[in-house]
Amino acid sequence: MIDPHAIADRVVEMIGDRAEAEVVVGAGVSALTRFADSFIHQNVGNAYQDVSLRVAVDGRVASGAVDRSDDEGLMNLVDNTLEVAGLMPVDDQWPGLASPAPAAEVEHWDDVTASASPEERAAVVKAFVDAGQGYEAAGYCETAAGATAFANTLGQRLSGRSTRATVDGIHRTATSAGSAHQTGPGLAALDGAAAGKLAADRARRGMDAYDIKPGEYEVVLGPEAVATMAIFLAFYGFNAKQVLEGQSFVDLGAQQFDGALSIWDDPLAEGGLGIPFDTEGTPRVPLDLIRDGVTMGITHDRRTAARLGGESTGHAFPGSALYGPIAASLVIDAGDDPVEHLIADVDRGIYVATFNYCRVLDPKSQVVTGLTRNGTFMIENGRMTGAVTNMRFTQSFVEAFGPGRVLGVADDLRFADCEFGAGMVQAPTMRLAGFNFTGGADG
Amino acid sequence: MFDLATAAVEGALAAGATYADARSMLRRDEAIDVLNARVQRVDRSESAGVGVRALIGSSWGFYAVADLDHASARDAGAMAAAIAKASAEVPGTPMPLADVPVTEDTYVTPHVEPPFDVPLSEKVDMLIGVTETMLEVEGIALARGSLQFWESDTWFVSSQGHRIHQKIIESGGGFDATAIAESETQRRSYPQSFGQFETGGYEVIRRWDFPGNAYRIAVEASQLLTAADCPSLETSLILESSQLALQIHESVGHAIELDRILGWEAAFAGTSHLELSKLGSHRYGSGLMNITADATIPGALGTFGYDDEGTPAQRVSMVDEGIWVGVLSGRDSAAVAGVAPGGMVRGDSYARLPMVRMTNVGLLAGDSSLEEIIAETSRGIYMATNRSWSIDDKRLNFQFGCEIAWEVENGKLGRMLKNPTYTGITPVFWGGLDMLAGGDEWVHWGTPNCGKGQPMQVAHTGHSAAPGRFSNVRVGVLG
Repeated sequence: MIDPHAIADRVVEMIGDRAEAEVVVGAGVSALTRFADSFIHQNVGNAYQDVSLRVAVDGRVASGAVDRSDDEGLMNLVDNTLEVAGLMPVDDQWPGLASPAPAAEVEHWDDVTASASPEERAAVVKAFVDAGQGYEAAGYCETAAGATAFANTLGQRLSGRSTRATVDGIHRTATSAGSAHQTGPGLAALDGAAAGKLAADRARRGMDAYDIKPGEYEVVLGPEAVATMAIFLAFYGFNAKQVLEGQSFVDLGAQQFDGALSIWDDPLAEGGLGIPFDTEGTPRVPLDLIRDGVTMGITHDRRTAARLGGESTGHAFPGSALYGPIAASLVIDAGDDPVEHLIADVDRGIYVATFNYCRVLDPKSQVVTGLTRNGTFMIENGRMTGAVTNMRFTQSFVEAFGPGRVLGVADDLRFADCEFGAGMVQAPTMRLAGFNFTGGADG
Repeated sequence: MFDLATAAVEGALAAGATYADARSMLRRDEAIDVLNARVQRVDRSESAGVGVRALIGSSWGFYAVADLDHASARDAGAMAAAIAKASAEVPGTPMPLADVPVTEDTYVTPHVEPPFDVPLSEKVDMLIGVTETMLEVEGIALARGSLQFWESDTWFVSSQGHRIHQKIIESGGGFDATAIAESETQRRSYPQSFGQFETGGYEVIRRWDFPGNAYRIAVEASQLLTAADCPSLETSLILESSQLALQIHESVGHAIELDRILGWEAAFAGTSHLELSKLGSHRYGSGLMNITADATIPGALGTFGYDDEGTPAQRVSMVDEGIWVGVLSGRDSAAVAGVAPGGMVRGDSYARLPMVRMTNVGLLAGDSSLEEIIAETSRGIYMATNRSWSIDDKRLNFQFGCEIAWEVENGKLGRMLKNPTYTGITPVFWGGLDMLAGGDEWVHWGTPNCGKGQPMQVAHTGHSAAPGRFSNVRVGVLG
């Protein structure tokens, strides 16, 4: 594998004094073992290397990337990007480069995961499949290990590395499906059998589902459903670019949410994922977004920070020029109650394990439509009494978390899968006063 | 580059693969984004590498490397075979492969102006001009424009003797205007949401005449702020062709993917409401519904010479006069299902395992026109340009939002409506197709952002469509 820091330094050296420049070099191995119909059908691996360069020549900005690390490839990247920059108009909002500053010495790394074999991933899959005792299983086990180096022409130099392991899957019967998900920095912590058992249990309890009338129902949302709501708030709301463009609901300092809701971004937390700096070389630190229901902060990259008069919060990523700076190490404050207690307090409501195919109808009001999937159950008199068929919802996520709407937060905080992927949100189960279901999935 | 792919295949065979193929690729892309007359991003990137897949027993093993040397390629082949072998821990029945012609050939996308030869300054100036025009309209807060181009060279080699070189050139872009009020945002896009993309050169961009449409689009976005909300009712729904194209993509294209039907995508993308036992008899829609998967349409985004298994591009009927008759397939899925392989397997880069993807899945033209459809509608709503889309994992229950709509009363367009949405159940909705335009209103729309697979892959697909009318559709669904 290449030495990312050596490559980053080499590119900065090639730039010399011809431009302001920042370089991000990533290298690693990702592997994913995929199963369906209870056997492994697609099993893939990829050794990758990426070199990304952004330059500013007298305020004229351009970027480029290659997946080569030899001198010829790097020189082409440098020359081409400088040439493109020279053709651009001056960017009067160019915020300049990050000054040298240390990042936290945090490393979410596990040697076993970094060198995981396809046999080790297959063992996790086998445990998941076997736990279904004959149900049809589908899903994946993934391991990833990567190192990242940053360097710029102001002398900022940072490096980090991280690993991630995930098992995610469903068991299904002819009429139902149930899911389970585990993600963390280490493969050894994955319990394929436990995940498979939970998925199979949801599938078994999901049989004989019945339709219920559309309308507003009290809900208990599993960590996956809550995680999707949180990442939508982060992407479309707590994003300084959305704020600058007038498309965010955010009102800093206002009690926009229930007092039981606190959400922050923390890439440094023990047991977390990722590296302690962003693609502009800004060190990452924990950032409060919502504290006790009050909107506390928004995420910045250097450009949005300069425009709004603040400091970058370290949330630049390769797409932030277009989509804005996004929080992707979200943590939702857990409560003290076990999930069973939340359910016990519901007279009549619905438990939802996961949401599926969620799309924003209007970013400012955060009205989102989507469907329930892989575990939707009726709650009556404090007990889950049976499965209901998947339903479509059309609901403002801001209103769903609004003052007086969060009736309970469970103690089961964990990395939960979400609409944008695994490893981005740690979420607990939550009980909400109402959720607007607008139709059954089967018509 | 053929040698690299050959080395990878040899490495896989030496390590025990019963079949192997490899793609060595060079790709370059250019992306330009402008917001409010300011350049947001100009990016030129290149990638190069080799990806090899090896079949052993019931599983594909796949490995990819960015290195362009023979030893690395051969090692990648051996890795692919080792990964496939490990799958035996959780085995299925041996995976068969359908026969396809063994071909040596070259294919290049027909094009007039190589997009990378057009000066960057010309492209940037055009987009800045378009956004400046939109900003002239009162109420427009955000004016965006974008262009994107890809040039991909692939050298495909299989252990059965395929040797195919393809150069695929894709060009596209679009612009949109957003008007923002205190509690809402309204957007209009051109030529469609996310822009229009085709195979071909810069002539694609010139043909769509961005500058000539910028002012009109911005005026519509501004007018939407004061338009009435779409009412909630059941009515006749007329869809503009790009929205109908997305309707085809979501409620037909994905549903007829054979890997979904077989359950291979059950955990993530989902399955399908279709059952193979009903192929040839299931009524998908009205008699006006004729769907083909046609990878040979000149200029369409899903057009190529060969898919990533070396199967020649072809035109296959999927729905014939409302009856479901075809599936999107590859060599493995076709063999499992006992159907002919459709040449519909593609990977989004050298580093991803090819999988079943739509080519150009489109609705054949009808014999009416939008003008005639409106004239023959006593009461209904005409919706245009997608704003949101959501559909369940069986591709049965959908809800779409559009950017703009108009009332239709007594055969004429009435007042403008904002926040239009509609919802339905796939076979019921398509069963209501009762008028369909054609002629020059039939457009080969391109979708550049179709996500599927784990790891996620993004495919470029095409969808031909003309305006159509659907009866008894529930519209105006909001929270």
